[in-house]
Amino acid sequence: MLEQADSTVQAPQADLTSQTSAEDFEPRIVALFCNWCTYMAADLAGTSRMRYAPNVRVVRVMCSGRIDPQFVMHAFARGADGVLIGGCHPGDCHYQEGNYKALRRFRLLRRVIESLGIERERLRLEWISASEADRLRKVADEMAADIRALGPLQLSIPAEEFRNAEGAGAEIPSPEIAGETAAKEVAVP
Amino acid sequence: MTKPEGKPKVAFYWCASCGGCEEAVVDLAEGILDVVGAVDIVMWPVALDFKRADIEAMPDGSILASFINGAIRTTEQEEMASLLRRKSQLVIAFGACSQLGGIPGLANLYDREGVYRAAYLESPSTENPEGTLPRLRSRENGYDLSLPGFYDTVRALGQVIDVDYAIPGCAPHPKVIQAAVATLLSGELPPKGTVLAPDQAVCEECPRRESKPLDLSISEFKRPHEVIIDEETCLLAQGLLCLGPATRAGCDAACVCGNMPCSGCSGPTSRVLDHGAKAISGIASLIGGDDEEAIDSVLDGIPDPVGTFYRYGLPASLLRRKTLS
Repeated sequence: MLEQADSTVQAPQADLTSQTSAEDFEPRIVALFCNWCTYMAADLAGTSRMRYAPNVRVVRVMCSGRIDPQFVMHAFARGADGVLIGGCHPGDCHYQEGNYKALRRFRLLRRVIESLGIERERLRLEWISASEADRLRKVADEMAADIRALGPLQLSIPAEEFRNAEGAGAEIPSPEIAGETAAKEVAVP
Repeated sequence: MTKPEGKPKVAFYWCASCGGCEEAVVDLAEGILDVVGAVDIVMWPVALDFKRADIEAMPDGSILASFINGAIRTTEQEEMASLLRRKSQLVIAFGACSQLGGIPGLANLYDREGVYRAAYLESPSTENPEGTLPRLRSRENGYDLSLPGFYDTVRALGQVIDVDYAIPGCAPHPKVIQAAVATLLSGELPPKGTVLAPDQAVCEECPRRESKPLDLSISEFKRPHEVIIDEETCLLAQGLLCLGPATRAGCDAACVCGNMPCSGCSGPTSRVLDHGAKAISGIASLIGGDDEEAIDSVLDGIPDPVGTFYRYGLPASLLRRKTLS
């Protein structure tokens, strides 16, 4: 478990450094689509030669109920600017009620990521049936535009920064000086 | 591993912690005598008067094992952890703070400034009319004084130095400590990174296990002070938010046996990357209600979701902290 935690300390953000200025910011959106509805809609959009924002990277899962909140956290930690979850409409789940489980997790997860400073627009859940290719196009485009407006997700993962700084023999982002500055900056009410 | 002469040397150290882990060692009661008889304790700030210089004077790798509790929040803690790492063949993260960041890790919802404000200026019990704050260097009555630097972010021990094993819990259960020490002294060391406790959920050890319904549906979360808790029925079935299903066993479901829900101190099992996210997954799926409004009204019964699901593990979680603005 510790080793796993280590590898995730080092891996995230490697990609983020390739993002540069605000103008050429292209949002990275990880889309988790269920096999039976939303993925089929994406397939239909493809065969219908529809165009939608290429920022959306689709991962197919069997059911939206399979989407573990860890997947979402992992996507954000590894440089996704947004996560889009797609499932069957309520009542239409191939496995009866997987999409209700997805909805419950989504409603709680969104509260948690907001408390951690991640804007709610960065996590979206949509019900898109196999025939709704046009809706898929609309949602993908909308989300890409929303996140472009928000800008890149800037996580602070100092654990990684500190450790890398130490390993490379570089200067640790001088806590001494930072500490002194902060002590001065905290205003007396 | 080379065998040093005489009894193996062992160090205990504390970082950002409450002292509960030290208490847990003392709670071994007469069991501690076996440990003390088998080893030479070369550092234990809470009980013995060894200094940093004593450790610095030892050859590298001469300590068999250092048990370090507490999270890392200051430069001094980081230096001591690095020093003990250099001098030790094994470093064991002892307790939730060291393993996962622990309760002090909830400071990752704030930054240094926020912590200073709360602790030194705004807390109701603080009287500090001059607004004095910790300074790295200050001059008092002709003396130059210094304090360690204070990081914005609290880290788990494994995010600062290489850690070999972890003993989970807040504080670790005496039974877990004893089994872990026995494993370490046996000479047959488990793979590096192993958490030295059973790799299964608290529910597996819970005496109320049989009363957990197969199809659980929670229509309202109740907090322990709001209800009279039945002492035999599964707490989740009573609407109490128990993290037993997502939390590592080893404690014999101590909190549940005390009629309180599991708050998740032993962290996740080995198959889980992010304890809080996994707990969110399990608990949310039990919510009764199929539409947003019904679900949200049940969720309103969890007033502090981060403090609930990441109570012991925010620094070690995938996101590590609230974003710094």
